[in-house]
Amino acid sequence: MSIRVIEDKCNGCALCIKACPTGAIEVNEKLATIELDKCNFCGSCVSTCRFRAITIEIEKQAKEDLSQYSGVWVFGEQWRGELAPVVFELITAGRELADARKSELSVIILGDNLARASEELSDYPVDKVILCEAPELADYDPERYSRIVSDLCRDLKPEIVLAGATTTGRSFLSRVAVQLYTGLTADCTSLKIGEDGLLHQIRPAFGGNIMAEIVCPYTRPQMATVRHKVIPMSPKSSNGRRPEIVKLDPKPQLFGSRSKILEFIEQMESTVNIVDADVIVSGGRGIQAPDNFALIEELARSLGGAVGASRAAVDAGWIPYSHQVGQTGKTVCPKLYIACGISGAVQHLAGMSSSDTIIAINKDPNAPIFQVADFGLVGDCLEIVPLLTKKVASLRGVRN
Amino acid sequence: MRIAVCIKQVPQTTEVKIDPETHTLVREGVESQINPFDLYALEEGVRVKERLAEQGEESTVTVLTMGPPQAEAALREAISLGADEAVLISDRAFAGSDTWATSYALARALAKVDAALVFCGMQAIDGDTGQVGPGVAVHLDYAQAAYVAQVETIEKRTVVVKRLVENGYERVSLRLPAVITVVKEINEPRTPSLRGKMNAKKAQVPVWKAADIDAPEDKIGLLGSPTQVIKVFSPSHREGGQRWAGEPDELADKLCELLKEMEVV
Ligand SMILES: Cc1cc2nc3c(=O)[nH]c(=O)nc-3n(C[C@H](O)[C@H](O)[C@H](O)COP(=O)(O)OP(=O)(O)OC[C@H]3O[C@@H](n4cnc5c(N)ncnc54)[C@H](O)[C@@H]3O)c2cc1C
Ligand SMILES: Nc1ncnc2c1ncn2[C@@H]1O[C@H](COP(=O)(O)O)[C@@H](O)[C@H]1O
Repeated sequence: MSIRVIEDKCNGCALCIKACPTGAIEVNEKLATIELDKCNFCGSCVSTCRFRAITIEIEKQAKEDLSQYSGVWVFGEQWRGELAPVVFELITAGRELADARKSELSVIILGDNLARASEELSDYPVDKVILCEAPELADYDPERYSRIVSDLCRDLKPEIVLAGATTTGRSFLSRVAVQLYTGLTADCTSLKIGEDGLLHQIRPAFGGNIMAEIVCPYTRPQMATVRHKVIPMSPKSSNGRRPEIVKLDPKPQLFGSRSKILEFIEQMESTVNIVDADVIVSGGRGIQAPDNFALIEELARSLGGAVGASRAAVDAGWIPYSHQVGQTGKTVCPKLYIACGISGAVQHLAGMSSSDTIIAINKDPNAPIFQVADFGLVGDCLEIVPLLTKKVASLRGVRN
Repeated sequence: MRIAVCIKQVPQTTEVKIDPETHTLVREGVESQINPFDLYALEEGVRVKERLAEQGEESTVTVLTMGPPQAEAALREAISLGADEAVLISDRAFAGSDTWATSYALARALAKVDAALVFCGMQAIDGDTGQVGPGVAVHLDYAQAAYVAQVETIEKRTVVVKRLVENGYERVSLRLPAVITVVKEINEPRTPSLRGKMNAKKAQVPVWKAADIDAPEDKIGLLGSPTQVIKVFSPSHREGGQRWAGEPDELADKLCELLKEMEVV
């Protein structure tokens, strides 16, 4: 690869400096110079330069005809035959991308006894439902799942493959990407087809402090995992068209695996699954004692929500790690996040600041959480929370 | 048994800014640290070594990082925390690697180390992808368990782990060799011992270049990376909204009204 500034054409206008995402360009004495250590040959400067003074020669190019690839696949993550909520969000994204590419949208499901899942999809704007059913596929297995999806991609050549950025989606699609030698962008929050026809993937990095736009120009499929709850769930289809159901027999020789699930320890409590919850009530060190977490739990329950926590509360042993929100915990995007006695350290904000609405209850009017809260209550959460729970409960009582 | 831990040097803070002039990441003046999840991975590697020793099996813990020359500091820190030896994978040719190329280079180095059990963090706090661990597992053709919260038992040929998933835990048995990525819950990392600190000072840290791990040019660095970052920008920042103060009862009332308006109740 080489990149070059044509000296006669460059007038030192410095537009390219702004365009360069890696800070590789400097202008000295009216001439741009490019630091090769930093340049990643993305081509932003080339398209920005009005004087066509920068050229890139890339030996890197597609090794095959990319036009053989078409269609968008959504990975239909399921748990005991029930589709994960994120699948319906992916259908929204996938439908838009497929329409922009004038191609088909398929949902591909691996599992066993998938009749219910495929029936559920029949009302949605999906062109095809691809089912791979076998008892061996009932539970998620990284080796088996990735081998089968890679095999199907080689055969059927989808242009784009999407999965939820769940523990399953992330840990198996990354395997597929390596097996197929193609790119995978993690935890995207926005996807669109650019003028170049490529999938432009936007994702937060550095705990949400910066956003990056990423493309995968030379290999297919273009793959992304997508964060939960940033894209609305798809409405049902309006034209009454039902998806075609395609049953594929997965090849048994692909079933090999060196791992085996011994047991599943389910946490049924709805207050536990913070990733899928629409409402999260979170407690921090301001809760002051382990027993007070019951107050948070009661409010969460009365709102039909889940319980979150700051790291301080988890480290104090007041609540298990699976509830921790933030950089070293989970990233959540509920419709409503209520932070009680949480100061709002950057590491905590990294996990919750993209919630639709944030309410903070904190004694300290200078707590940084107030800088991101839509509604900031300055006061004692140990007093306010139980009062609120009572009021919510009595409202519920009136209505029932 | 040879145990390996992949660690990454990341900026101290994720509060990185974008230079409004150049639109690039401001990296100057930001201190670096070991990716927090990798400290748990390292601790688990050392604990597994200790457990194996109790079971009468000798093992070593090797830490690896791929990064610029200054990443050596992270490796020395890892030695102070209990690793036996360290390898720095560093070459200009690795610059610009995405997760494909990173996991490829790490896998080549791990093959040379001949690791039977590889620990990684669940994700790095700068890239936040969580793709490197599973990528390494594929390149090496090892078994894989991601998001592990506990190593229950370890034997010569199998390891039983507990994985943290959205709706609970999964107990999984893996046949070695294997790659395990860990969550924070797995342990409480120790602080450096005096002996560890001395070892860290004395340790020789070999630097492996692309040629040393037989990594062809077209599989590493920019050339080997299928994805390209074409733009970085600042997210639209949230602004604080209304501020309410008053008696608890009043506040609870107002909040209840708000929840009604939002149709949460
Ligand atoms: C590498 C790294 C990773 C991290 N990852 C995470 C992460 O994933 N998630 C996370 O949360 N943190 C994380 N942290 C920790 C983070 O920096 C903060 O220490 C932590 O978030 C603080 O938790 P807190 O807000 O509950 O506690 P504090 O900062 O102690 O805040 C408690 C707040 O409660 C208020 N308060 C006290 N009593 C009351 C009351 N009765 N009523 C109302 N308000 C009251 C106080 O005014 C204060 O603002 C990480 C740190 C590091 C270094
Ligand atoms: N350059 C690197 N050198 C060593 N290990 C790495 C590197 N990048 C990632 N890792 C490992 O892979 C894990 C996941 O990183 P990531 O996929 O980038 O989020 C980290 O916690 C490390 O254990």
